[in-house]
Amino acid sequence: MLKLEARPQPSLLWTYVTPLLAVVITMLAGGALFAALGKDPVTAIGTIFWQPLFGEFAHYYRPQLLIKGAPLVLIAIGLSLGFRAGIWNIGAEGQYIMGALSGAGVALALYPTESVLVFPAMVLAGALGGWIWAMIPAVLKVRFGTNEILVSLMLVYVAEQLLAAMALGPMKNPEGRGFPGSRNLRDYDSAHNAELISGTGMHWGVVAATIAVILAYVMLTRHSLGYQIRLTGQAPRAARFAGVRPARLILVCLGTAGALAGLAGMFEVAGPSGQVTIDFNVGYGFTAIIVAFLGRLHPVGILAAGLLMALTYIGGEIAQSNLGLPAAAIQVFQGMLLFFLLAVDVLTHYRIRSAPREVA
Amino acid sequence: MTPPLLSIDRLSKAYPGVVANDAVSLEVCDGEVHALLGENGAGKSTLVKMIYGLVKPDSGTMSLRGAPYAPADPNAARKAGVAMVFQHFSLFDAMSVAENVALGMGSPPRLRDLSARIRDVSYTYGLPLDPDRIVGDLSAGERQRVEIIRCLLQEPRLLIMDEPTSVLTPQEVEILFQTLRQLTAEGVAILYISHKLEEIRSLCDRATILRRGRNVATCAPRETSAREMAEMMVGASFAAPKHVARAPGPVALELTGLSMPAYSAFGTSLKDIRLAVRRGEILGIGGVAGSGQGELLAALAGETRSAAGAIRLNERAIGRLGPNRRRKMGLLTAPEQRLGHAAAPEMSLTENAFMTGAQREGLLSHGFVRWGAARDFARAIITRFDVRTPGPDVAAQSLSGGNLQKFVIGREVLQRPEVLVVNQPTWGVDAAAAAAIRQALLDLAANGTAILCISQDLDELMEISDRFGALNAGRLSEIRPAKGLGVEDIGLMMGGAHDLEAAAHA
Repeated sequence: MLKLEARPQPSLLWTYVTPLLAVVITMLAGGALFAALGKDPVTAIGTIFWQPLFGEFAHYYRPQLLIKGAPLVLIAIGLSLGFRAGIWNIGAEGQYIMGALSGAGVALALYPTESVLVFPAMVLAGALGGWIWAMIPAVLKVRFGTNEILVSLMLVYVAEQLLAAMALGPMKNPEGRGFPGSRNLRDYDSAHNAELISGTGMHWGVVAATIAVILAYVMLTRHSLGYQIRLTGQAPRAARFAGVRPARLILVCLGTAGALAGLAGMFEVAGPSGQVTIDFNVGYGFTAIIVAFLGRLHPVGILAAGLLMALTYIGGEIAQSNLGLPAAAIQVFQGMLLFFLLAVDVLTHYRIRSAPREVA
Repeated sequence: MTPPLLSIDRLSKAYPGVVANDAVSLEVCDGEVHALLGENGAGKSTLVKMIYGLVKPDSGTMSLRGAPYAPADPNAARKAGVAMVFQHFSLFDAMSVAENVALGMGSPPRLRDLSARIRDVSYTYGLPLDPDRIVGDLSAGERQRVEIIRCLLQEPRLLIMDEPTSVLTPQEVEILFQTLRQLTAEGVAILYISHKLEEIRSLCDRATILRRGRNVATCAPRETSAREMAEMMVGASFAAPKHVARAPGPVALELTGLSMPAYSAFGTSLKDIRLAVRRGEILGIGGVAGSGQGELLAALAGETRSAAGAIRLNERAIGRLGPNRRRKMGLLTAPEQRLGHAAAPEMSLTENAFMTGAQREGLLSHGFVRWGAARDFARAIITRFDVRTPGPDVAAQSLSGGNLQKFVIGREVLQRPEVLVVNQPTWGVDAAAAAAIRQALLDLAANGTAILCISQDLDELMEISDRFGALNAGRLSEIRPAKGLGVEDIGLMMGGAHDLEAAAHA
């Protein structure tokens, strides 16, 4: 008989092994799922994980890895700060939309002025848009003790309505022959978030994500704010004793997460997407929650997890078109990843032992 | 010869990395009060958990009245006639006494019948209790009665009590002891866990002493001195704290009518607390658990803010300042709860040293943590206070209670406070470590620090305090010189028996 036994302290080894184990189990369970759908599991898993990197058309897919990975990492880094302190921002999707709307709004307002200042202004506007959207749950929580999970989540749907209204109304392309959606920013040089090195997928969002990873790492390990965040998450009462002001921490964590999500949205609308459209958002803000946890809320882990998630996105699309796998199956596959991670997490805090023979 | 009620033969239980019990044997006879003595981590809790069916032994046997006894769970233990009163109560504040008792029963009788039985049992055993009262309104002593009566309703043959007197005033302790003596007269055996040696000497017939999981001695407490027992527990002799007479200096900390609403619905509000502590003086604050000790510490630490002038440090109003501003000014505090309040369980000792040492030890530069300096500070605490640990990088939760307590007290003492406020400085700490902590407090006072020591251990307060006051339901009694105070006086200052006298039973 097996039984779980609490470890004297969380295992450092297993903290790092469990994400890998979760990926392996997800592959097995996902393979079984695909087999049940009548597809060859080995081919399906191979398509998802192998094709984008080393397949025939890898030169096309590899840049996609950065394009899809950057927003995930950028958002997840912001979320991880709050998650570590027990502040649950579930509304990154809305902050992402608001960042995109603000950034695009600045660009569309300045169109067709060409200036080197346009893009920096968009960056600022994008961060500000996301920040303001995140400040709503933050201020409500600080002032009235509302639940930030509910407020931030509900604001996603408000943001989606606003996005639709903008795409169909004020931001609609006047030369678009009545089609919904804004001007394409890719055709507006000053505003276009173009590839920095052609054919690599490397754009300003990738740069921002990399900087965010580094800054987050330094802050969490070296700065007193990072210490306060970790202390609040692990022992809230000890944090109050240590003089951490919970209200300030809520504002900082939600604000940072909002600003980074806003930046991600802005980089997306100015580059890969190019347009404000009704269906501009594709769930990066929600997937980033999985990325944050898969990466152990650790900046470097999040970087790896973001790339892995991007891989399943791209691989999933290939599997859809080549193998005819339903889109829902791919989403289940991604969900499994978080599910199994949480499940095997038990091993960080417990060890499995075969129960000793009963005596007496 | 009739077999003993409970006989334990070579019981062992190992947890990863630690042998909690190593071939422990003991016997408990009918009508006996048997003490189980030992330092923290000596294996007392594990042993009684095995008897109560919460933990399964790795090897060894138990027998009850000569028949093999191996309870699979507490239910089986209760059926066999073994009951246990835990140190921490498992009661629901918002429910009545009778409802709480019913919750613990497999198939409870109708509430009205149960209430009648509770009333009946409680008066028979001199523990008067109204079954209709809401538990949240009861004092700690009364809550303990609920737990005891819950056990007595099962008519146990063996009653296990884990540190029962920590929440009681001396008067309440006397009432409890009368009840226990009555129970033993009826033939019930009591296994009594405590580290209060004088108590054990007055109540218990025999004592089994555990050290590092082994039973090292059995003695008759009435014929053994408290000091001898303490040394058996620790396995070495240790120096008793030395009290040096000193002349108190000017007032360092003053409370001028500190009032504070309760933190939660069942917390204690502080009401118009006035006191003054001088440099070089130790002011002891007693009181039963839940009288506002935690709230007082939080108010002094700066976790909760008060009117600016209600708290004065060296004549400056600091009531509105946060914890770190107060630390900078020289007011340091050490809360009662080690894990989760005074220390973050999963963080290393270095990180925990940084927690309160950041300001005074200069561990911050431009907002960045100087981890090297923090580690040195942690090492200094470990060395100076003899904290037994592999090093400053281990997690706080891996330390034993006593060692962590030495660390959190040492952390404040080493920062040369002008005023130090401690709550339960030696709670759950072995005798040698407790003596070391008290000595550190006395030394600090001798060097001119004003110390406010909140404790529920009256012996401790009488040992180190110059003056003594007691908290009772959020109010502070008159403060009197400690010298010459009798147990009777102290008990009255603590609120007597909370208006519940021992029932005069025939």
